[in-house]
Amino acid sequence: MFATLIKIRLHLQRNFCFLLQPYQIMTSVNLEAIFQSKIDDEVKIEPKDWMPDAYRKTLIRQISQHAHSEIVGMLPEGNWITRAPSLRRKLILLAKVQDEAGHGLYLYSAAETLGADRDELVQQLLTGKAKYSSIFNYPTLNWADIGAIGWLVDGAAITNQVMLTRTSYGPYARAMVRICKEESFHQRQGYELMMAMSFGSPEQKAMAQDALNRWWWPALMMFGPHDSESTHSDQASKWKIKRKSNDELRQNFVDVTVPQAEYLGLTVPDPDLRWNEERGHYDFGKINWDEFWNVVKGNGPCNRQRIQARTKAYEDGAWVREAAMAHAEKKEQRKLQPEAAVKAA
Amino acid sequence: MKKEWPLWEIFIRSKSGLNHKHVGSLHATDAEMALENARDLYTRRNEGVSIWVVESKHITASDPDDSDPLFEPARDKVYRHPTFYTVPDNVSHM
Ligand SMILES: [Fe+2]
Ligand SMILES: [Fe+2]
Repeated sequence: MFATLIKIRLHLQRNFCFLLQPYQIMTSVNLEAIFQSKIDDEVKIEPKDWMPDAYRKTLIRQISQHAHSEIVGMLPEGNWITRAPSLRRKLILLAKVQDEAGHGLYLYSAAETLGADRDELVQQLLTGKAKYSSIFNYPTLNWADIGAIGWLVDGAAITNQVMLTRTSYGPYARAMVRICKEESFHQRQGYELMMAMSFGSPEQKAMAQDALNRWWWPALMMFGPHDSESTHSDQASKWKIKRKSNDELRQNFVDVTVPQAEYLGLTVPDPDLRWNEERGHYDFGKINWDEFWNVVKGNGPCNRQRIQARTKAYEDGAWVREAAMAHAEKKEQRKLQPEAAVKAA
Repeated sequence: MKKEWPLWEIFIRSKSGLNHKHVGSLHATDAEMALENARDLYTRRNEGVSIWVVESKHITASDPDDSDPLFEPARDKVYRHPTFYTVPDNVSHM
């Protein structure tokens, strides 16, 4: 009886809403207000909840770019798997790169909960319509680069991702929790590698320093433009997609990373870097934003190479994807076939 | 004849005695492949002892807009909770 009443009420709500026209404008205002109050109260937004179109679009863009970064991020490190200096290092690097593939997949499926289509997202990456983190457009020139990436690039990513574990969209936040658990291994293996190099022979130490010199500034750029220049940040923080500004995150990263470099006995390539007693933070030099935008626009050292590698992987895998689908369909039919065969006989 | 692999929802039992819990989703051609992919994607660090896979299209979810009529009726039934009843201090084991 009671269940029937509910059904009738739902039925009325769904099918006779045209009767409620005077309310419709109010309803959309209400929906927006309810949505914002949920966010203000720290209630997570879930896939089937009402959300403003712009929130959905912003998230699809951000989550898919994040996913693309994980996937493209496998390439610079993958470059060294066959040349890892020991079996131990090779196993570690393989596991790390495999994790990054996993991170990409968690994120693509989080984007799909918002109605995005996986194939379309991949196409956006391959056609250059979607961006990925610019850091992966730099080459890995010596073995210490693998250490520097784990320590600095994963380190910077963690700073950002820890914040995102509290982002307002449920599936994104949950993917971030899983990712952060895995990231700490990435950073530690990188730092351990840097220690092995920094405390090794003079040649090894020089390689470590060379890697730090090349990765330091691009790592700082990973946090994006200064707050004063950043276009999306106001709305993103009102919606609690982002809870800290680019500059805050960058400062956090510098503050924790500089002492780690000192421990290694390496020099951070920034003459203006010094501890500011008054602020309780490190001051650091000016970032070369021309370089940043140049890489974003596609003119970094490896942009073309990265997209070529992804396109080749996608195209070379096409027949496998199609064959697997055809095989599954055939298996499904075979399951039904014997019965049909018996009946026919 | 391009066709996207269907989407599957993945549930993992983290150790025996616990419920299967939703962990995320993935694409696979069939249930068997979904299980294999789930093993690789969601249990790389002993996160599970058992996996369930369900094709996403088979899941029916309640509409968040219906949550009032659905869940409101339980809200005012405080007498369903043990804290609704007072038991004298000198009465124990209850
Ligand atoms: Fe990652
Ligand atoms: Fe990582």
